[in-house]
Amino acid sequence: MKGEKRASTRERINSGLAKRYRRERRFRMFGLGAVLMSICFLGLLFGSIIGNGWSAFEQAEVKLPIHFDSAMFDVDNLAAADYGGLVKHSLQILFPEVKGRRDKRRLYKLVSSGAPFVLQDIVVHNTGLIGTTREIWLPADDEVDMLLKGHIRRDVPESERRLTNQQIGWIDYLVNWGRLEEKFNTTFFIAGDSREPELAGIHGAVAGSFFTLVVTLALSFPIGVATAVYLEEFAPRNRWTDSIEVNINNLAAVPSIVFGLLGLAVFLNLFNLPRSSSLVGGLVLTLMTLPTIIIASRASLKSVPPSIREAALGVGASRMQTILHHVLPLAMPGMMTGTIIGMAQALGETAPLLMIGMVAFIADVPHGFTDPATVLPVQIYLWADAPERAFVERTSAAIMVLLAFLIGMNAFAVFLRRKFERRW
Amino acid sequence: MSIGLFLLVLLVLSSVAFMQGKRKALALSGLHGGRCRKKKLHSLPGYYGLLTALWCLLPALAIIGIWSACSGTILTTLTLQTLPPSMQGLPPDQRNLLVNDLHNLVAGHVAPRDIKPFLQQAADRYLEMQHIAQLLLGAVLITVTLFSGAMAYRRIRPEMRARNHVERIIRYGLILCSTVAVLTTIGIVLSVLFESLRFFRQIPLTDFLFGLKWSPQMALRADQAGSSGSFGAVPVLAGTFMISGIALAVAVPIGLMSAIYLSEYAGKRVRDWAKPIMEILAGIPTVVYGFFAALVVAPCIRDAGSLLGLNVSSESGLAAGLVMGMMIIPFVSSLSDDVINAVPQTLRDASYGLGATKSETITRVIIPAALPGIVGSILLAASRAIGETMIVVMAAGLSANLTANPLRSVTTVTVQIVTLLVGDQKFDSPKTLAAFALGLMLFVITLILNVIALYVVRRYREQYE
Repeated sequence: MKGEKRASTRERINSGLAKRYRRERRFRMFGLGAVLMSICFLGLLFGSIIGNGWSAFEQAEVKLPIHFDSAMFDVDNLAAADYGGLVKHSLQILFPEVKGRRDKRRLYKLVSSGAPFVLQDIVVHNTGLIGTTREIWLPADDEVDMLLKGHIRRDVPESERRLTNQQIGWIDYLVNWGRLEEKFNTTFFIAGDSREPELAGIHGAVAGSFFTLVVTLALSFPIGVATAVYLEEFAPRNRWTDSIEVNINNLAAVPSIVFGLLGLAVFLNLFNLPRSSSLVGGLVLTLMTLPTIIIASRASLKSVPPSIREAALGVGASRMQTILHHVLPLAMPGMMTGTIIGMAQALGETAPLLMIGMVAFIADVPHGFTDPATVLPVQIYLWADAPERAFVERTSAAIMVLLAFLIGMNAFAVFLRRKFERRW
Repeated sequence: MSIGLFLLVLLVLSSVAFMQGKRKALALSGLHGGRCRKKKLHSLPGYYGLLTALWCLLPALAIIGIWSACSGTILTTLTLQTLPPSMQGLPPDQRNLLVNDLHNLVAGHVAPRDIKPFLQQAADRYLEMQHIAQLLLGAVLITVTLFSGAMAYRRIRPEMRARNHVERIIRYGLILCSTVAVLTTIGIVLSVLFESLRFFRQIPLTDFLFGLKWSPQMALRADQAGSSGSFGAVPVLAGTFMISGIALAVAVPIGLMSAIYLSEYAGKRVRDWAKPIMEILAGIPTVVYGFFAALVVAPCIRDAGSLLGLNVSSESGLAAGLVMGMMIIPFVSSLSDDVINAVPQTLRDASYGLGATKSETITRVIIPAALPGIVGSILLAASRAIGETMIVVMAAGLSANLTANPLRSVTTVTVQIVTLLVGDQKFDSPKTLAAFALGLMLFVITLILNVIALYVVRRYREQYE
């Protein structure tokens, strides 16, 4: 009886063992699968952004023989000349067979509507050109660009295309002639925003991000460090400091858009600070990044061993001297790492800035803290909404620039940590 | 005479004060040659200089702060008093309009043709008074600075406890900085609450909380048809919870399983590589996810749906939810990782000793032991998902459908806040104020989730420490 039962227990275990091992392997596979899946997500994200965006760094340009007729220019008022006429005239020279108003208008459409401004710039900077004929590279229209990059398909019926067969014929003719080429897109880096994809650039947004981050850094770093020093080194344990701590932890998890509501209600409506300015953006982002910086700084202060403090106090330094001369310098690398990570968060933040009006269309590059400005993530949001196909690749390219900045900042934080990390 | 110039002058004056104070302290001590009567200083000479400089700087800074906070109001009131009597007894809203016009005129924003003469006069008077006030401010500042600096300078004695004074001032500065966090919270609560109360005065609270229809289009004129505006938050909330639910359905299994794999199975090298890569997901700006959702995921789902014969909206809640799930994977995984690592090794050893396999140990011992922490991390991820804005703004819809079908277009609280507040509106219409009511709701929900999560995690930590 007894022996039978023991044998059956062992049998039961043995019979279940294969199943249990299978289950073990399956569980492990699920775990590995989960890790691989998140890495795949990341790869898909980066892949689609880069795949869409790399072509934005090139832009179609067309070489036109522009005759700067001296009769057309008034040296004292260069802006008054008909630059659009110059472009049209040279296109007529290239395509003398094109007659009729509709055909001509289609022909002119191949060149960007911003080309006259480019010409004006060239003439203003070099008045010696007047009276000569020069071959000049001008930006082509975004539809031409899209065709050359293969985003407009030739095999669909003409009515479903943004370019007619006739226009495609002209484009092929120009390409074979060597007058139409993809060139490096400098406009993208030096221009502000524009409604025309071929004229739009990220310079304005980058400048806005820069001014906003300067305000954020100038305010959040000192305030954050001071708060951390007070809470970690001086604060007595009482309800007031406890409430500060709870506040900081909760603020770290408040949705960012709520900070935007605060900025709208307090900074704009109560204090009447300038709308859409990087000053207000910086203030809002300061409040948002403060918890990050405070938490990182406190951890960094905590990691400085008590022996440092005791040694300083022992040779007669006051509490304040101990902290300012000895503890703070040792904790500084950790604080700076936290600050850089906070700044990286602030650089990528969009939602609160929509609330305070940084979402307006601003073509000018901002030159100060109170100028209307936009920032890089908001620019991405605006372009993502634009209907033109050419803005898709520009959005992706702007994202690549933003990610490059973020990776750079995080790499710098890691470098700081590696270089100054100290084991006590 | 701008504030910047004032600050520059102040800086110069206080550095002079620093040097003077230090020199006097040195002279008194007799270290600097000078007199032969030697007396021991209480503090290092620099502290005497610092004290003098601080006394120069701080009163003036306080005056500048107060002035820039209330100069606008004072000047406006003074200007309004000089307006013709017909303009004095205006009702509040017209008066506000007038004040707005005045400010625009002063800032030079208005096209020159539509200026009323009396307003132009008022603006000129405003500018004139502003000029006088600036001059006055300058005079007051310099007097105060010199006076308080001189007082501090005169009080310098060798036995004066300069270091203690300076340190006390620094300490007050630190305390002041640490109140910013509290002030921010108070600011958020007050600003959102105040505007929400104005909203609830126009729309009853019960309508807002239990109404089933959300269409915040208000009629511009009373006789306009069809748009009285209804503010029932239920469909908006339902959309928010649906998208967050989808996100959690993606993030919790993946995040939890990767945390388990990385902390229990993976070797050190795999962990060192995989963890930072997964953290990258949390560092990518949300606007990038939004673009990805709208450009890649939503069309994919729509095409897949039409292959199966389903009618999928191009702004389906599913696309937004999936991408949001990707984003919050690291929130779940890194926190769960921490709590799983905190489970004592003895529990594992005991389980292995009884003959359990690794997966049995994990599911029957470690996860129950770490459950409070895991729940905390899921709650934190949920609050992140509910408050997430850009993904849903770019990938979810605007129309508030009360539906449980994830393939249809739904809207969320954050999307509504953004659409109601972006652009120029009259600030006291229910449409704009509704955004603040939604903001209040969002704040309260996330706050409750966070408090519970932090409480649970903290209790759990105490258990094993």
